Amino acid sequence: MRNLWIFINRYNAFFLFVIFFTIGIILTVKNNAYQRSVTFNSTNEVVGHAYEKLNVFKRYMNLGSVNDSLAFENAKLNTALLALRNIDSAKNTVVKDTATHVQYTYLAARVIKNSITLRNNIITINKGALDGIESGMAVISAGRGVVGIIRDVSPHLATIESLLNKDAKISVSIKSTKALGSLVWGDRNSDYRTAFIKDVPNHFKVKLKDTVITSGFGSFPPGIQVGTISNRGISTGDNFLTIQINLFNDFSTLQYVYVIKDKLAEEQKALESKLPNEQ
Amino acid sequence: MNSKIILVNILRWFILLSIQILLLRNLSFYDLATPFTYILFLLLLPFSTPNVILYLIAFGTGLTLDVFYDTLGVHTAACVALVFVRILFISVTVSRDNFDEPEPTLGNMGFKWFGLYALLCTFAHHIVLFLLEAFKLTELSYTLLRCLLSGIFTLFTVILIEFIFYNRKMR
Repeated sequence: MRNLWIFINRYNAFFLFVIFFTIGIILTVKNNAYQRSVTFNSTNEVVGHAYEKLNVFKRYMNLGSVNDSLAFENAKLNTALLALRNIDSAKNTVVKDTATHVQYTYLAARVIKNSITLRNNIITINKGALDGIESGMAVISAGRGVVGIIRDVSPHLATIESLLNKDAKISVSIKSTKALGSLVWGDRNSDYRTAFIKDVPNHFKVKLKDTVITSGFGSFPPGIQVGTISNRGISTGDNFLTIQINLFNDFSTLQYVYVIKDKLAEEQKALESKLPNEQ
Repeated sequence: MNSKIILVNILRWFILLSIQILLLRNLSFYDLATPFTYILFLLLLPFSTPNVILYLIAFGTGLTLDVFYDTLGVHTAACVALVFVRILFISVTVSRDNFDEPEPTLGNMGFKWFGLYALLCTFAHHIVLFLLEAFKLTELSYTLLRCLLSGIFTLFTVILIEFIFYNRKMR
C-alpha cells in the first residue's frame, strides 16, 4: 500500500493530468449533448452583464449600418402595406376569426455577444425566458434572413446557435424550383458569408443566382430569404446535389435580431410525437 | 517576495484574459488562424508552484475562458494538457534542486529554451483545443491546418510580448 502511494506520488503529474483532463472531456461531451443542465455559458448573469457593458461601444460604431438596415426593412414593409391596400375591395370576402391566423409573432432583441471566427459560433441576446423565449425558437435578422435557433435560455438572456455552427441544419427550398434541401455552414467552411445546401435531389436543374428561402418545415416560417446560389457544381459522390450559396445576412455586423414565436409549435410537436418513430 | 510574485501573477491573469476576451476573440487571420495569447499566463507561472496548484490554476483559467467563449470544457481540457507538457518539459530540462530563476521567462532562460518550451506547450494546447472544438474526425486535415496556423500566430504573439517585457537583469 505504501509503495502504491509512493508510486502515485512520484508520478503525480501524470495522474493529476488524467483526472483533470477527464473532467474537461466530460464537460465538453455534456455541452455537446442536446440537454444541458449547467449554465456555465454566456446566459450566466455575470458574463451576460459583462458582455452587455462591452457591447455599448460596438453598438455606437455600427449605428450607421443599423440605420440602413432599418430603413431597408421599412421600405420593404411599406411596399407590402401598399400591396395590401390595393386589394380589390369590391370583392366580397368573409373574414372569420383572424386571430387564429397569426401563427408567428416577432420579438426584437439586441445582440450583446457574437463571434464569427470559431468553428461553433454562439450569439447571445438580451431577451430571455421572462420575455417568452424558449429553446428551439427560430431567429432571423431585420429583412436579411436566417440567423439561427435559440439554444439556452436564462431569465434575462438567451444564446442562439448561429448558422455558423457545426450542428446547425435548417430546412430550405430553392425559390424557382421548390426543391428542398438542408442548409448547413459546411464542414470545411470558415467564411461567414457563404453556406452550403445539402441533400437536394439530383434531378432538379439549379440556376446560378437563384434565391433560396426557408421551406417552413421546422421552426422557421416559410419564405424567409436566405441567400443566392453561387456554385452548383460541387461533386460529393452521393446521389444528392450540394450547392454553395452566398448568405444575405452579414453575421459580422449583426446588431438586432427577431426571435419568432410559433403559436402552433407545441401543438405540432405534440401531434408529431404520436407518430411511430421513423428512425 | 512571495506575495509580490502572487500579486504579479494575478495581475497578469486579469490583463491577459481581458485582452483575450475583449480583443483577440474578434480577431482572425483569413478566418483560419486565431491567436490564444492567454496561455502566456500558464507558461510564466513560477517554477516552484506545486503540481496540484498548477493543474487547479489551469482548470480555473480554462473554465473562465470557456464561459466567455460558450465552449464548456474545451479550453479547460486544453489548458490542463498544456500544464502536463509544461511539467514534463521543465522536469527534463531544468534540474529540480536549484531553481536559480523564479519564473520561466525569456529574459531568465534565454531564447532557445523559451522558444522550444513555448512551441511544445502551444501546440499541446492547440491540438486539444481544435480537436475538441471540431469534435469529429471527418475534417481532420482541415482542423489540423487551423491548429497549425493558429499555433504559429499564438507563438508569434507570445514571443513578441516576451521581447517587449525583456529584461536580463536577473542574469
